Amino acid sequence: MLKNNQRVIQDLVEKGRVILKVIISVAVLGIMAVIFFAGQRPTAYYPVPLLNSSCPPGFKLNENNECIAKNLYSQYATTNKAGVGGLKSALPEIRDGFSPQEIDLGRYLFFDPALSVDQTVSCATCHDPDKGLGDGLATSQGKDGQQLKRAAPSLYNVGYLKKLFWDGRASTLEEQMLEPLFSKDEMGNTPENLIGTINEFENYRKLFAEAYPKRDRDQPIALHEITKAIAAFQSSLVSINSKYDQYAHGYDEALNKNEIEGLNIFRSFVARCAECHTPPLFTNQQFAVIGTPEPDGLPLDPGAEIPFSDESLRGAFKVPSLRNIALTAPYMHSGRFKTLRETVQFYTDGRGHAVPEGENLLIHWHIWEPNLTDYELDRLVDFLKTLTDESFKPKIPEVLPSGLKIST
Amino acid sequence: MKKKSPFIKIISSILLIGIGVFIGKSFFGQKNVETVPIPSTIKYRNIGLTNDTTQVASAEEFTGKIIEVKKGSSIQNAVKEASPGDLIRVYPGTYSENVYIDKDNISLQGVIINGDWPTLDGKKEINDAFLYSGNGILIENFKIINYKGNGIMGQAGNNFIIRNNWIIDTGVYGIFPQYGKNGLVEHNVLSKIADAAIYIGMCDNVDVLHNEVFDNVAGIEIENSRHCLVENNYAHNNTGGLLAFVTPGLPIKTTFDVILRNNFVVNNNHENFGAPGSTVSGIPSGTGILIMAADDVIVENNIITGNNNTGITIVDLATGAPKANDPNSEGNPDRVVILDNIMFDNGNNPTGEIKAIMLTQMDTKGPDIFAYGGGTGSSIRDKNRYRTFGLENYGMAQITDTKDIPTMMTPSPVPPRSVSFEELGELTYYGVCAGCHAFGTRLIGPPTEILQAIHQNNPQGIVDYITAPKNLREDYPEMPPQNYLSEEAKMAVAEYILALKH
Repeated sequence: MLKNNQRVIQDLVEKGRVILKVIISVAVLGIMAVIFFAGQRPTAYYPVPLLNSSCPPGFKLNENNECIAKNLYSQYATTNKAGVGGLKSALPEIRDGFSPQEIDLGRYLFFDPALSVDQTVSCATCHDPDKGLGDGLATSQGKDGQQLKRAAPSLYNVGYLKKLFWDGRASTLEEQMLEPLFSKDEMGNTPENLIGTINEFENYRKLFAEAYPKRDRDQPIALHEITKAIAAFQSSLVSINSKYDQYAHGYDEALNKNEIEGLNIFRSFVARCAECHTPPLFTNQQFAVIGTPEPDGLPLDPGAEIPFSDESLRGAFKVPSLRNIALTAPYMHSGRFKTLRETVQFYTDGRGHAVPEGENLLIHWHIWEPNLTDYELDRLVDFLKTLTDESFKPKIPEVLPSGLKIST
Repeated sequence: MKKKSPFIKIISSILLIGIGVFIGKSFFGQKNVETVPIPSTIKYRNIGLTNDTTQVASAEEFTGKIIEVKKGSSIQNAVKEASPGDLIRVYPGTYSENVYIDKDNISLQGVIINGDWPTLDGKKEINDAFLYSGNGILIENFKIINYKGNGIMGQAGNNFIIRNNWIIDTGVYGIFPQYGKNGLVEHNVLSKIADAAIYIGMCDNVDVLHNEVFDNVAGIEIENSRHCLVENNYAHNNTGGLLAFVTPGLPIKTTFDVILRNNFVVNNNHENFGAPGSTVSGIPSGTGILIMAADDVIVENNIITGNNNTGITIVDLATGAPKANDPNSEGNPDRVVILDNIMFDNGNNPTGEIKAIMLTQMDTKGPDIFAYGGGTGSSIRDKNRYRTFGLENYGMAQITDTKDIPTMMTPSPVPPRSVSFEELGELTYYGVCAGCHAFGTRLIGPPTEILQAIHQNNPQGIVDYITAPKNLREDYPEMPPQNYLSEEAKMAVAEYILALKH
């Protein structure tokens, strides 16, 4: 019996050894295979993940691989093309229809300092997601800390805008971005240098091939491909889910008593804020001469007078959207006002009170003397703070295709 | 003593109670009011090509509840309580408040008893009496006085009715629907308004009928609006009586297809007290009708008399508002049509530019009709009956009347802004949920396929969760409640999420 038992045990051990050998060899092969195939995959030496194949929030992918804007404002009939009205009015037409890959490629470019001549500043330097897609400065700084003349506007909802820059001198994002890219004071680049730089990065050559599968891979990346991808990303920066929006869509409790009082002052014909900062975008996208003061010691900024060669537009600026306004102090084209409270105060201090002597500006007819009380000004500020929404804030890439460090 | 029978006791106590009730009612009770609640929406008549029917084409049933507001309580509280379709009846008394209506299909009806009006008094402290953004708003039978901004202002509400209101000195505008389509402003009396008494701004398809406007800077103003009928109004002693024009610099750029018909435009000689910088502050006193840069305006069968500057002024933007500049606003009044009008005694005391221009014609009086600046295709019927200036290029009118156009309102209400249940789910998913949830990847919340697995065949489970989320996963942040979504939107998005395929 004992012998028999020992034999059985020996048999089992023998079998076990065989199984173990098999397991080990399979495991070794498996690991080798994993290593081998991992080596085949680009990730081993390719630090950038593949481009996103789904649309950013607020957009739905259609069968043509295009991202189409979808949001609660799409439920309202458009009664006018300008996209202006009241609480339940449709937004203006947005630029959409970009592919998810194009948008994601644009995101990498947007954050990449490789776009500037000395590889120190990116678009995000002045349009920082952590500062409401602005820069928190009175007037922006270009490369080497060069002081610029105007404040960086927030890029939230820029895809809805038909005029760009404070003075409205550009009408497409592609056209607009050429200026900061190639201005000596801003990113300081030249088209030749930018194209050369981007084409040097194998990562970018691959990403452009992925984003634009129909493009000829042997052709160098062209400037218009760079600007289009950045425009695609910028157009995806949407902010329309604030507390105010919840109220607008019908949830009465979204705003408290003070905020509703502020809304009613905002849209009343005494303060008249909503006449130019018209919902739902909180801009009517027109020019207005309101006569704000410049920072001490600086001459009057002629605004839209220059690009349009039109004296009646002296001191005119595009009405900015007020969405996320609480995140983007200081205020006005040259950041003269530090707080929202100072800013709303300006509108009740008298028509043309800050116009420099000798200037004869055609102040907008809605700038008058509404004699708002301190209480009303405080409520206006309460209301303006309800326009904040960062729920679709863009993600800053962890790694850049250029290998450079993120600069914001 | 004889004991009263219980029967008599009962009878007499009932009698006593009856007498008490009668006395109480007649001394303290509310007067019995015989006013019939009206429906909250317009009844539409067929106004097709043939004008031979007044059959009602569509009328919404009045199904809501009636909320009564009595002296001492608040109209706004009633609006808060109201749901679409409800009627708020306001009894006589003074209400000093700003009433805002951000809901659809609410009717506010004043109840006038023995000449006592429900009165909104802004005491020159409150900005606006009524502000509305909803569709299908009706406001009638209110006296509105002493506000700083507007009597009644609408922002983007369609299918509005504003009628039978008595509005005095409510600041900048009396009645001001803005960005609305399909509306009716009728039988209102407005005075002492520092800009326009009735201002149709950036609207479409509005009828302005049977109103009296006097002692204002502008009586009735059709500005950057299309398809408007101004009929049977009495505009007197304003700075300017009736105005149809384009203001440059606004997001809506045109005014066209306006009929000014059967109005009394009389003695509009009030001094201009418009705010400096406002468009109307430039209107010369004594202006009957002003057409500036508006196209396809028809002036028919009006009585236009006693306006000291001119009866009708037709100018381009370069002449009328030379300061403003907007390359996107076309500044010429084109295809103006002047049909038969009664005009005399205009231009007795012309001012400013018109006085200077008339002096060059060796005339000290202003004309009945004054045209200056650009514009093409305009015409006039029987020009010789009027004293005119600048009408050399006006041809013979091709029409004699506009009797085939009984209204500019749309034949049926502008449809409610709604989408199908499924589309609402889609819009909510991509417009709200997609900020945190996506297929195949973790954004802030769990991937969508996990939500599908948890709530399979149970949309109510999603509805309950998003209304009052409870944190189930330690490795995820707590979801904020989405209770601001309507019940319909919550269920729509729940069903949409469960049906979604990657």
